[in-house]
Parts: sequence; structure tokens; C-alpha cells
Amino acid sequence: MSVIKAEHLTFSYDGAEEVLSDVSFALEPEETVGLIGANGVGKSTLLKILVGLLPGYRGTVEVGGLTVDKKHIRQIRELAGYVFQDSDSQLFLSTVYEDVAFGPRNYGYAEAEVDRRVMDALRQVHMEGLRDRQIYRMSGGQKKLASIATILSMEPQIILLDEPSGALDPRNRKNLIRVIREMKGTKIIASHDLDMVWDTCERTLLLSGGRLIRDGRTKEILADEALLQTHGLELPLSLSHG
Amino acid sequence: MDRLQEAIAALHAVDARRSESRIDPAARLIVCMAFSLTTVSFGKYDFCGLMGMSLFLVITAIWENISVWKGLCRLRYILAAVALLGSANLFYDRNVIFYLGGLPVTGGLLSALTLCSKGIFTVLAAYFLLYLIGMPGICRALRRLGIPGGAVTVLLLTWRYLIVLLKEVRRMWQAYGMRAPGQRGVRMRAWGSFAGLLLLRSMDRAETVYQSMLLRGYDGEALREPAGRAASGRSILYVAAWLCVFIFLRWIPLFRLAGRLFLS
Repeated sequence: MSVIKAEHLTFSYDGAEEVLSDVSFALEPEETVGLIGANGVGKSTLLKILVGLLPGYRGTVEVGGLTVDKKHIRQIRELAGYVFQDSDSQLFLSTVYEDVAFGPRNYGYAEAEVDRRVMDALRQVHMEGLRDRQIYRMSGGQKKLASIATILSMEPQIILLDEPSGALDPRNRKNLIRVIREMKGTKIIASHDLDMVWDTCERTLLLSGGRLIRDGRTKEILADEALLQTHGLELPLSLSHG
Repeated sequence: MDRLQEAIAALHAVDARRSESRIDPAARLIVCMAFSLTTVSFGKYDFCGLMGMSLFLVITAIWENISVWKGLCRLRYILAAVALLGSANLFYDRNVIFYLGGLPVTGGLLSALTLCSKGIFTVLAAYFLLYLIGMPGICRALRRLGIPGGAVTVLLLTWRYLIVLLKEVRRMWQAYGMRAPGQRGVRMRAWGSFAGLLLLRSMDRAETVYQSMLLRGYDGEALREPAGRAASGRSILYVAAWLCVFIFLRWIPLFRLAGRLFLS
């Protein structure tokens, strides 16, 4: 059974211009999928629709077999975690521990279980030692990993990452790729960082002008220079330098 | 570090503050409220009686290792406003109440001193509370005392919005300053768009933070605590002891008695 299914998904913010137009795809469990496209093609919009942040779409969207609507929103948000592009928006509590514990506490878990989940999540992003660190004292790379931990503590089956490598230096980026590879579950990575998509995703969806242009193997799509250039992208650096 | 950054760091520090003592935040809040109520209940000429209340501040500052000087510096603008308000009494009440070493002490002077002291004491008590348990601690304490979750959440989110707002002010200020070298402050002509843009940007940012909360199961209750946690004996003792002290200080003018003892 598909863990995420979108059929003829169409969406517009103001009812006029369509940001997403007739998008259809399905994801199987444990797949890691790259969502690529130039600026403004609807990558973030698509991710936000999947977690129910943008209601009022047309078509069918199902997450974990549940239709994305008001009725199922709580279950869907427990199933699917969304990591924002800007870590400062994701992290709003004072310390790493408090922020990572926010989700499990909201879902009513006992404090021992909250603690276990927080420590598990921090272990997955290799941040056990920073549990009591104040967030405003952390670097961009640490904030990014902490914001991923806030999602992992809810033990979601699906993780949606919006531009995860944005503003990260090469070492932090490498570290992030390692963490993403180690994470279990279905993952969608919306990114301009095609090298990262190359390194982490076996499948890629190419969006352009709000339409799904191509859905296929990452190695094929990202090696197709003509296709990428037509839709405002460039070959990954690792390929363009031979 | 610029002033805005300093303010943001101070707000974050208050936000991150966790009481390491075993005294419940609710107990501290009760004591602080009782202190403030007792302080404001003194009569306008009862300066001597009021001075007894300083015992709480002195003992707390020593016990918890809080720098009163730093606190006074941080609160200087509030304290200046309190002093300004209190000084108005000097002009209204000119009746001589008593003579101190031959100098007449008017009712206005005495009431101004009392009013200023009340202001300083209550503001310092609130500062101590913030220092000891932080804003989340105060909100948790309010919840434990039965204040509705919605009201407490509004308080906490307003506090958080303040941080978001200051960060946006700093970003915009820096962007403005980079293109306006040597200029002090924002030009009058740019104030309208600066304020408007600031509001829009901070609201946008707050909206994203709110979405992030929603995605992690937020349903209007920002502070969730494990249910059924009983107050510790230490906390009960702390409240009971201070309440007794406040009642004692309210009815027994400790400083006046001490003064008489030394003068007799």
C-alpha cells in the first residue's frame, strides 16, 4: 500500500494562479524521494499540503491511507513530520530538550516515554551531549539537526524535509546527509541541492511550473542535463566536473 | 554586542531559566504575589513598616545568589518611571509630619519615599521571580494555580512573539544601517515603511512558528505537565514560612521597634 498518494492534486493560494496543477504520484514505505525544481515551482507548497497546513486543495491526497482533511489531521501529523526550511521557525522553545520534547508531550506521552523519545531522537542526530544547550547559542548546523530531532521524537513513519541543506557549510552538510541516510521511514527531500539528492534519494520527482514533469530514478533524472536546464536547474556539481 | 542583541540574549536567558531548587515554581509565584500584595497594603506614611519587607528581598538575593545591583541596572527605566510618579507627591502634600534632626519631613516626602519603595520592592520581587524560574516557569505556575490554559498560552506566546519581534527589528536595523552609514536611528521618512514591514515580517515569522507548533500536536495548550504532581513538603514549608513572615512584618513595625531600641 502506498504511504503517500496524490491524485490530480491542484492548489492555488488566491484562487487564481495555480501553484500546483494536476500532480499525481505515490510513494511506497521506506522510499527516499527527492523533490526538485527551480524556485517557486511549488515544492514547499506540496510538502505543506501533505501535512495539512494548506487546506483547500483539489484532487485526492492520502497520507498513511488517511485523506488529508480536518478529520484526520491529528493522526496525519503524528504519522508525518515536516522539517521547516528555516530552523529558527522550527525551534521556538528555550533548550534543545524542551523543544524536542514538545511534540511527544502534546501527544500525551508519560514523562518517562517523552524522555526516551527525546534521547533516541538526539542520539539519531548525534546530539546527545547538547540536550540542555540553549537554542539561541547554537550554530546553524546544530539548529538544523535539532530541528530534525524535534520531528524524530514523534517517531513518524514519514519525514518531509524542506531545503535541509540550505545555509549549511560543507562539513555540516555532510553530517546532515549521514543523518538522513540513517533515518528510518519514508522521506521526501525538497531541495535545490542536487548533489544531496543524488547522495540520498533513489527516486526523484521533478516539478516545474506547478506540474510534475518527471518521476523516476534519481541517477537518470539528475544525469539528464537537457531536462534539468529546460526546467531551470543545473547538473549536480559531482557530475558536471566529470 | 549591540543593545538589541543584548536584549534578545536577556530574553532568551529568562526563557531558558530553570529553577534547580526543589521549590515548586507555583510556591515561588504564591510567595511573590503575597509579598507584592503585602507591600502595596502599607499606608502611604508607613515608610518604617514598609522597610521591614526588604527582608524578603535581601534574604532571597543572598540565598539564591542574585545580584541586586545588576537587577536595578536592568530595571533602571521602570524604576525611573516609578520614581517620577512618586515624586509628584512632593508637591501635593506639604504638611510637616515630623522633624528629623531639625529638618521638617513633609507628608509628601514620606509618601513619595513610600510609593517609590513599594514600586522598587514589587518590581524587584518580579525580577527575582523571573530570574529564578523564567517565563515558562511562571506560566507553569499559573497553570498549576488553576489559571485557564488559554490565558496562560496567550501570555507565553506574547512573550515568544516579543523575542521574534526583537530579532526582526535587529535584522532590519542592521540592513538599514549598512546602507545608511553614519546616520543615527531611522529617518523619519522611513519610519512608516520600517514599522509596517516589521509588523508584516514578524507576523509572517510568528505564523511559521505557529505552524511548527501545530505540526507537533499543539492544540492550544502550550505547556503540558505530567498530571497529578503533588506539591513537595519543602514547597509547602517555603510558602507557609514566608506567609508567616509577611503577616508578622505587616502588623509589627520591626524597623520602628529596632529604632526605638537603639534610641532609648
